[in-house]
Amino acid sequence: MVKAEAVHKSFGRLEVLRGIDLEVAPREVMCMIGPSGSGKSTFLRCINHLEKIDAGRLSVDGELVGYRERGDKLHELPDKEVCRKRSEIGMVFQRFNLFPHMTALENVIEAPIRVKKESRAVAAARARKLLDRVGLSEKMNAYPNQLSGGQQQRVAIARALAMEPKLMLFDEPTSALDPELVGEVLDVMRGLAGDGMTMVVVTHEMGFAREVGDSLVFMDGGVIVEEGKPRDVLTNPQQERTRTFLSKVL
Amino acid sequence: MAAVLVLAIIAGIAYTMATAPNLRWEAVGHFLFQRLILQGIVITLELTALAMLIGIVLGAIVAVMRLSPNPVVSSVSWCYIWFFRGTPVLVQIFFWYNLATVLPYVGLGIPFTPIHWQAPTNSLIAPFMAATLGLGLNEAAYMAEIVRAGIISVEHGQTEAAQALGMTRLLVMRRIVLPQAMRVIIPPTGNETISMLKTSSLAFVASVPELFTRSQQIASANYDVIELAIVASIWYLAMTSILTVGQYYLERYFGRGSLRELPPTPLQRFRRMLLTFHAPPPMPPDVAPPGPAVPGSEHR
Repeated sequence: MVKAEAVHKSFGRLEVLRGIDLEVAPREVMCMIGPSGSGKSTFLRCINHLEKIDAGRLSVDGELVGYRERGDKLHELPDKEVCRKRSEIGMVFQRFNLFPHMTALENVIEAPIRVKKESRAVAAARARKLLDRVGLSEKMNAYPNQLSGGQQQRVAIARALAMEPKLMLFDEPTSALDPELVGEVLDVMRGLAGDGMTMVVVTHEMGFAREVGDSLVFMDGGVIVEEGKPRDVLTNPQQERTRTFLSKVL
Repeated sequence: MAAVLVLAIIAGIAYTMATAPNLRWEAVGHFLFQRLILQGIVITLELTALAMLIGIVLGAIVAVMRLSPNPVVSSVSWCYIWFFRGTPVLVQIFFWYNLATVLPYVGLGIPFTPIHWQAPTNSLIAPFMAATLGLGLNEAAYMAEIVRAGIISVEHGQTEAAQALGMTRLLVMRRIVLPQAMRVIIPPTGNETISMLKTSSLAFVASVPELFTRSQQIASANYDVIELAIVASIWYLAMTSILTVGQYYLERYFGRGSLRELPPTPLQRFRRMLLTFHAPPPMPPDVAPPGPAVPGSEHR
């Protein structure tokens, strides 16, 4: 589903990604861990072209994201093409980023109506189902700031799912939540994984990674240091850096 | 003590004006509802509305251009603001009004083809048009900066979330960023509208028969200069007062979602005050039935 080959990315003179190679199979849940500044969030944002990559190739579902290949050069696609590709990839942010001027329901139906040109009735019917699934059928008409962090994040997940994406990206979805609200968001994600959604999850929740993840990637300094089955990496890390990191967080 | 002193000074000024020996208050009353004055008001309102319309629409376009990643587009926008903000609006109105003296005809055409259309400048840019253009194009420069401030006040995460859903740049701007920018844009735009209502009196130099022009035309015939200035002032004050109320409700509308509960409007507050007069004495809070909130009670 996701294929990265030698992906490089710099912000000015700072090289954040120094050659990332990785593959995510359909229905796979891949968790990415690593210290802050290791480039894991940046890599996630490259997958749906919120960040441009400087070198390498990145494709989703067999199609390059944001670029077209002509000869041996990559050319950036026009906005419209990038948008079409992005609409197949759902993303959930650390800070939720719900649209504050819209109710929960309006947040969820906005993109299906405007991007997929669905009728309001069709979009609203699916939105009700999704909000029900994340346990928020009561809060349909609430504005984001009337919701708790956990509720907001669940609306954000419903909003991303409303586009019926092939792939879901999670950028530290529980890092901005109060500890007692983390569980409700992880439960929704666990359910999603159970339904066979392909997911890439940047997280600090080692328990979630171990229990739900099919694979685990440890990043540091813009490279993948170690990857494998979550249980193996977490209990028996092969690299010294992985060991040091895990000893601090576990 | 200071308050008493201030009130005394104000009362003194009011008394002096009211009893000014040559001020004919009956003339003020007479001309207040004169037909020419009322016609002038209509033109003042038309002028204000049209100039603000041009200002807001063009200003929003210039603001979006200013934030464009394309350097040519953003430079053009920068130059527009530089030019129209850097020259007096009075001079701009004057310029449009007198354009015909140097450019008797204006036309549109495609070079090297016979397709061509032209018309005499004076018929295109009549006095009203000259004033509307002068005021509107100038206003667009100020509105552009207001809209730009509004746009950059919206958190970048909003744009990213919308983009991640597959929304195009224009759609993100129209549906997500601008509605949120409104909260920042509306208050200064209200100010600009109120200011425009008064600035429209500069249309005087283009002989547009708006409120101030009309009052001075009458004054030049009967020499009641101050009296007619007072008539104009009363009307300007009345109109700006109405706009102030309109601005309040507009801000409330675009503030939805930013507060958990909107504060009551003055009218609602008044109604609730009346209701609480007739209502039975309040019960202790733990047995109070759920009912319409009383202002202040919803805040802990």
